[in-house]
Amino acid sequence: MAETVVLRADGLEKRYGARRVLRGLSFSLERGETAVVTGANGSGKTSLLRLLVGLAAPSGGALSVASPRGRIGFLGHEPLVYRELTALENLDLFGRLYRVGERRERIGMLLERFGLWDARNERVGEYSRGMSQRLALCRTLLHDPDLLVLDEPHTALDTEGAALVDAELATLSGERTIVVATHEPQRLSALATTTIALGR
Amino acid sequence: MSGYFSDVAALARKDLRLELRARDTLPAMLLFVLSTLVVFHFALPSESGDQAAYGLLWVALVFTALLGLGRAWVPEQEEGALDGLVLAPCDRSAIWLGKSLATLAFLVAAEAVALPAFALLFAALDLAAIAGVALASIGICTVGSLVAAMAAASRGREVILPLLFLPLAIPLVVGGVGSSVSADPGTYLAFLGLYDAVFAILSWAAFEYVVTE
Repeated sequence: MAETVVLRADGLEKRYGARRVLRGLSFSLERGETAVVTGANGSGKTSLLRLLVGLAAPSGGALSVASPRGRIGFLGHEPLVYRELTALENLDLFGRLYRVGERRERIGMLLERFGLWDARNERVGEYSRGMSQRLALCRTLLHDPDLLVLDEPHTALDTEGAALVDAELATLSGERTIVVATHEPQRLSALATTTIALGR
Repeated sequence: MSGYFSDVAALARKDLRLELRARDTLPAMLLFVLSTLVVFHFALPSESGDQAAYGLLWVALVFTALLGLGRAWVPEQEEGALDGLVLAPCDRSAIWLGKSLATLAFLVAAEAVALPAFALLFAALDLAAIAGVALASIGICTVGSLVAAMAAASRGREVILPLLFLPLAIPLVVGGVGSSVSADPGTYLAFLGLYDAVFAILSWAAFEYVVTE
């Protein structure tokens, strides 16, 4: 794999029992590229993203990911945090596990940026869906990842929150490799260097 | 290595904090073990003797542990937190060890109430019996945290957890009862120590495969 190639899939397949959700998918992404993954519900977008971050194993084909586990930021359908902990406690826990330097400053900066500073000591279980999504974005960006894998990042966000995501992606694109699954590809058309269209 | 143990400490502390806040597990374990001992007290014929009582203590302890293990991974299932832990660059066995330590803390707390209650209702416990409880608790939590994670990842975890855990707990019950009633408890304590060592190593090595596809 050339040094600048961060992701390479070659004939990638994913099956759940008899159901095949990905078949013969091939693509490669170089450092700094932004790929938009599109497709109808059930076309395998989430499965593809889980393969890319290592949460699932391919059923066939080959997948190479140059970024190590600790340099990947993953935003899933769920926020991947603890409901009974506060936003601050959650980010502190994940900051420790990711060995984030100057953890408190980084957490404070992200909570401010995503408008959660005032709610930092509230339990996540009391958050609205949109606030949980904002917290999930904070967790995803906490360790300043090289490879960002985002599954429908605009979900549940209000206009202001969605604009924040757009601005964040615009800042990071070019510097980071980004893979975004979305039902709104037009939002990212200015950033996208590659489109991966999945069919059922 | 210090990074590994600081990860374990952070994960165990998180579980203790979750329990202090939600109070989902420990009160249920305490109520269960006490009510079970009270029921056994009335169910056991007076002429049964102490040996039968020691056996019933172990039934109560194993099922109390099972109750705690059934809830052990629930916080990780809500909101997909386990995926968040699995993606972190820490050694994945640290997740298991942190969970085992937190589960052990809950079980020891339940035993701190159950053993005096047992002494009050049935018979006194000597040092060998208490050492047996301590060693068996370590085994219960190390192997239990692993099989609870396996059960949590599958449908019908309420059925699968006892099916996986109880056969693995039989040697612990044998060792625990033996250390309570035998004239030579040292053999049983050594057996429990060996079980703990073997199953801790196996669980430590196997956890990565349990949480990844």
